[in-house]
Amino acid sequence: MSSIPLDYETLRLIWWALLGIILIGFAVLGGRDLGVGALLPFAARTDAERRLLLNLVGPTWEGNQVWLIVGGAAIFAAFPPLYAVSFSGFYLAMILVLLALILRPVGFKYRGKLKDARWRAVWDWVLFIGGFVPALVFGVALGNAFVGAPFALDDSMRISYSGNLFGLFAPFAVLCGLVSVTMILAHGGAVIAGRTEGAIAERARNYGMIAALATIVLFALGGLWAAFGLDGYVVTQATDPGSAIDPLSKTVELQRGAWLGNYGRYPWMMIAPVLGFAGMLLAILGFRLRLGFGTLLSTSIGLFGIVATAGLSLFPFLLPSSTMPASSLTLWDATSSQLTLFIMLLVTGFFLPIILIYTSWIFYIMRGPVSAESIDKNPNAY
Amino acid sequence: MIDMTVVELSRWQFAITAMYHFLFVPLTIGLSVMMAIMESVYVMTGRQVWRQMTLFWGTLFGINFAMGVATGVVMEFQFGMNWSYYSHYVGDVFGAPLAIEGLMAFFLEASFIGLFFFGWDRLPKLGHLAVTWLVALGTNFSALWILIANGWMQNPVGARFNPDTMRMEITDFVAVVFNPVAQAKFVHTVSAGYVLGSVFIFAISCLFLLQGKHVELAKRSMAVAASFGLLSALSVVVLGDESGYVATEHQKMKIAAMEAMYETEPAPASLTLFAIPGREPGEPAFEVRLPWVLGLITTRSFDRELPGILDLTEHAALRIQNGLIAYNALQEIRTDRTNEAARATFDQHWADLGYALLLKRYRADIENATPEEIVQAGMDTVPDVWPLFWSFRIMVAVGFFFIAFFAFWFFRASTGRLDTNRPLLWIGFAVLPLPWLAIELGWFIAEFGRQPWVVEGVLPTFYAASGLHLSDLVISIAFFVTLYTILAAVMVFLMVKTIKAGPRDNLLAPDKDDDDFVMVGLPPAQAKQEFGA
Repeated sequence: MSSIPLDYETLRLIWWALLGIILIGFAVLGGRDLGVGALLPFAARTDAERRLLLNLVGPTWEGNQVWLIVGGAAIFAAFPPLYAVSFSGFYLAMILVLLALILRPVGFKYRGKLKDARWRAVWDWVLFIGGFVPALVFGVALGNAFVGAPFALDDSMRISYSGNLFGLFAPFAVLCGLVSVTMILAHGGAVIAGRTEGAIAERARNYGMIAALATIVLFALGGLWAAFGLDGYVVTQATDPGSAIDPLSKTVELQRGAWLGNYGRYPWMMIAPVLGFAGMLLAILGFRLRLGFGTLLSTSIGLFGIVATAGLSLFPFLLPSSTMPASSLTLWDATSSQLTLFIMLLVTGFFLPIILIYTSWIFYIMRGPVSAESIDKNPNAY
Repeated sequence: MIDMTVVELSRWQFAITAMYHFLFVPLTIGLSVMMAIMESVYVMTGRQVWRQMTLFWGTLFGINFAMGVATGVVMEFQFGMNWSYYSHYVGDVFGAPLAIEGLMAFFLEASFIGLFFFGWDRLPKLGHLAVTWLVALGTNFSALWILIANGWMQNPVGARFNPDTMRMEITDFVAVVFNPVAQAKFVHTVSAGYVLGSVFIFAISCLFLLQGKHVELAKRSMAVAASFGLLSALSVVVLGDESGYVATEHQKMKIAAMEAMYETEPAPASLTLFAIPGREPGEPAFEVRLPWVLGLITTRSFDRELPGILDLTEHAALRIQNGLIAYNALQEIRTDRTNEAARATFDQHWADLGYALLLKRYRADIENATPEEIVQAGMDTVPDVWPLFWSFRIMVAVGFFFIAFFAFWFFRASTGRLDTNRPLLWIGFAVLPLPWLAIELGWFIAEFGRQPWVVEGVLPTFYAASGLHLSDLVISIAFFVTLYTILAAVMVFLMVKTIKAGPRDNLLAPDKDDDDFVMVGLPPAQAKQEFGA
């Protein structure tokens, strides 16, 4: 293994950051389409308005969704134990997400194919569910990383799980789910307001402003709760961050307020929650001043800050176990091998910039407003 | 103990969702390339009918693509959801090609698909053509990496077991990528997708000719489909033979089961063309055999033996005993990580560790397994023979049929007699379901023929499943079956409707503007005016 030019600890840190970047990429890009979907029945009232919104995100949503697919695959490749525990442990919640993710592409593609009003009304609600449910469940899932999930590992690394679907909806996790929903709604509002005119843009601004305000309140509430009302997890006897080892070799304890400990140890991390609040405040301002791109940039910064806050607060935990804390998955014991992390770093380092370049080019080509005429002319318009 | 009902239901769910997913994938692979070919002709000749063809087949492509995307997400999630021990045990190896598929292929395909549909009037001709080829490239790269992942399950090269992390880890990534099984599977699978795409376009064009509609579009489509289909059908069969040859090297049991070959035959082995099963295990009641043929196809030699099922189970029992030595050494390492003697023993025997795990079906403390249990576990390495035997024959028959079919139509296309014979056109339409049949059977052979392993010789399927509750599985299977049935109905309805409506004329930008950027976006001021009004 001496032929690998980066040591194991560094590679693990890089992959932890990369996973964060991919998940933030999904929140910012995929979040556009989730937000527009969740606002669809409310911001747009008539069929013509709804088609306008769908065709606004229509040309780019498929690429945006790949950030989620790649996020899942990156967890599989770089953090196999996390992938195994979270996907099987949250089984029925995952089925809910799948319901949304199966219906979404079909909803986009099929809604416009028939003129029938009932047909379209059904797909409108399908698209609403397709936007709202993933935003909620992903937030709740991240919330469960703070609360801890009821799993235990045996010596062969076989997982036993003692939770159920309703157990996922612990109060703090629900709060995280709500933060996720409101921030996505604010983001969707910014997307719509930036590229439409008239009544539809006005509605999007109103919804966006309320959602951004709610995000600020709920996010602050989450911080207070984590400080005074929630037990966080602490590694009491650590393993060597550079060793190949399974999760069972360390010890872990619960401590009130421990999730804010990192901000005392590494004050620079404060920048994440600051960006979360600042982004959403600027977004409110942007909505009021009727800025287009400025508002979208602000909600994007807000999303970045909020998702990063979650990741940084948990560090080095990925998913703590509430029933057997020693089974908790951390960055130092739940990654792939050094070689796999290195190979995947090379591959990602090569492809991610290319992806960013062509994604920007596509957004550039598809920029500007959508005309009703182009929707009528194109048989593949949504 | 492991709940075998949960395992069985997990297998059923994976089989249902995977086979459903693969109804759409090969059509995506085939149509994307054929659309790119048609649009290339349009750009080279400037003739509108070729653009109309690209748009019309593109609309059907879009309806199909949405289903492929929707059902593909399910596949990625299910490894973790239902096969969590698999994900832990081989994620270090198997996860990498999946992630590379996302980064290299799916991003490309999904990002440019939007431009394919929405970019006609925002891109110059050549720009749009490039977009279409990038979509086709993306779908084919996607198949490559998925088949590298699947190829590793059939032939797990370039990896070894790490006792400290209790899992398989990559040792040689190049070996994983250039796995001969993966390469053979890739070419075989994409060629099958091309055949399916060709048959799809050909059959619907036959229908148009029968109805006397869209004759120009239909005839040209048939000509493209017949020539592309002929090449692809040849490639499927020739490279399918390559798969057979490669499988002999690595999966002797699969070949023996496909051939219902219980006893080892002296080289070169005969090929059983046809057989009626007797009471298993043992001899068929009736069979027709071609001397030498099987031995020649699979070993490409006159003197190498093909081992029969019974010999292979005896060999498996030996490997189980050897695997138990590795298993016991592993337990010692787990209690004392500094035990170098145990590590040395493990290093010698680790390759058979997976065989020892076959015993987990019978007892948790497999170090105390009885000789009877070892023999029984050895017998477990035999997949059900007759489904494989017949699936293989039907698949091959369909493959050969399409070589003849497309050769015949290629001849008629070159002599200008595409629409002269109605019964032939009816046959051309009626063959539509056949390529799906062959492709689904092909995957059935690949996956069912590997049983009881999920990763050949490394991890038994039953040991790889998540420890879910029965109720979880009941809910999820009911969910998938219901949702997938509704979606299938909706999709077929929309496809039929689109086909009935036929290609639209004068779509999008008019011909004379073809070489310009047609601004649907309009200059901002003007757009705001029009839009606000």
